[in-house]
Amino acid sequence: MSGAKKIEADGIVITSRVRLARNLQGHSFPGWSRKPERLQLLELLRPSVEALPEMKGGVCHAMDALPALDKQILVEKHLISREHAGRNIGSAVVISRDETFSVMINEEDHLRMQAIRPGLCLEKVYALIDGVDTRLAGALPFAFSPKLGYLTACPTNVGTGMRASAMLHLPALVLADHMDKIISAVGKLGLAVRGLYGEGTEALGNLFQISNQMTLGEREAEIVGRLEKVVSEIVRHEINARATLLEKTPRMLYDHIGRAYGVLAHARIISSKECINLLSMIQLGVALDAFGGLNAEDVEQLFVETQPAHLQRDQGHSRLSAEERDALRADLVRPVIARCKAPKFGIPPPTEEPPKTT
Amino acid sequence: MKCHVCKTGDATVHLTQIVNGKVQKVDLCEACAKEKGVTNPTELSISDLLFGLEQEDAGTPPRASAESRCPSCEMKLSDFRRAARLGCPRCYEAFSDALAPMLKGMHKGRQHLGKIPPGGGDETAKGDSLMRLRQELLAAVKAENFEAAARLRDQIKILEQRADAEEPRP
Ligand SMILES: [Zn+2]
Ligand SMILES: [Zn+2]
Repeated sequence: MSGAKKIEADGIVITSRVRLARNLQGHSFPGWSRKPERLQLLELLRPSVEALPEMKGGVCHAMDALPALDKQILVEKHLISREHAGRNIGSAVVISRDETFSVMINEEDHLRMQAIRPGLCLEKVYALIDGVDTRLAGALPFAFSPKLGYLTACPTNVGTGMRASAMLHLPALVLADHMDKIISAVGKLGLAVRGLYGEGTEALGNLFQISNQMTLGEREAEIVGRLEKVVSEIVRHEINARATLLEKTPRMLYDHIGRAYGVLAHARIISSKECINLLSMIQLGVALDAFGGLNAEDVEQLFVETQPAHLQRDQGHSRLSAEERDALRADLVRPVIARCKAPKFGIPPPTEEPPKTT
Repeated sequence: MKCHVCKTGDATVHLTQIVNGKVQKVDLCEACAKEKGVTNPTELSISDLLFGLEQEDAGTPPRASAESRCPSCEMKLSDFRRAARLGCPRCYEAFSDALAPMLKGMHKGRQHLGKIPPGGGDETAKGDSLMRLRQELLAAVKAENFEAAARLRDQIKILEQRADAEEPRP
């Protein structure tokens, strides 16, 4: 493999995220409280959150004042949950200027605070949100029991109230058919793997989210440390799977990347699903150094910009139909992909598989 | 022995549990056990079964209402079952019997080992919970509920160790 470059871990872990659920003593959880109580709590919580040094220059959106499209964009950016987007009067979100921090007020819990950063940095991201939590705890009496820890609306979050997760791009493990093995191995460690987009077991764009499931009976540092270790291990498997594909089945690999280039460079209509799956192959090509002039950030940008709400964003008041979105999506991606040359691969086209003759 | 629910069938399923420090027993026939979803008696919370049942056992006091409510937010256990979300922080105490087997199934342990908020981890709170656990332990031993007693003893040990470990910190 003298012609092949070292395969980098960059771009495999897209983001690291940690969120904490907190509630105030003596108040019903948002799902069980009436509007006046929710409003009263919002009034109480909002100034404390906005006063955080992390939120300097940030924004606060009241959910009843935020148009549906803007809510959807925040969902696509992973700054609010889908559930929170469905909420209305009495709920809000405060987002830091650089979008590293977001605090949802009156989601399922009184406070859902998260920190999100690119790359694999779970321990650092936990430290960031831990700081926010400590500052807020100085001003707000959180519901806490020495036995059960932080008390949350759903018993699945009680204890640390923490959900730590990493978003991973694992195209080679999917192509090599290894994901089932990974999912069951990870499940045994109390961690969950699920596709980021798509229903059930389907993972569009080979994007997966891996997170802790248990929150009671273990320290935060242990949970985060184990997750970080397991994610590093999965990254190693992905790198190995890429090397194996390059060595054993380069034609299949190049075919996937070449087809993705061909379609995205010329398509005039493309669905969200097809687009995500092909961008995944382009991203793999970028990692294998097949494209000059295209970097991982450009492709990541396209992943986000081709989501429905992001497409609709610049279209003013006219609501796009699904067909119009598919056309707009193709027009957005095509110039970016067509600008770079057809993929070139480090290893010369394989000779071990003779071309089929009829 | 007759079934506690239908009062006609012969009871073949026998359940015992400590509820609020008192031993409660329920005897069910095969059919009622199935209807109540009793397939694995150890996983079942007896308090669920007792809701809506008149207790004729002279030894135990009659329940005040057909269904317990959280005194703080008025949520009923059936509300929780429907919504799968609790009503307020104090629901954890109010529904502790129903929650215990759930928490056991979904988490690594039953004692919080993570972060303690300023104020939440002070000696009063820790002392209170230790005292409560010790009282529960006494009750469990008295009731000869040794499984519960062993669990409580472990919890007390963890809390005591934590209190010790945290002492040197400012
Ligand atoms: Zn019966
Ligand atoms: Zn309650």
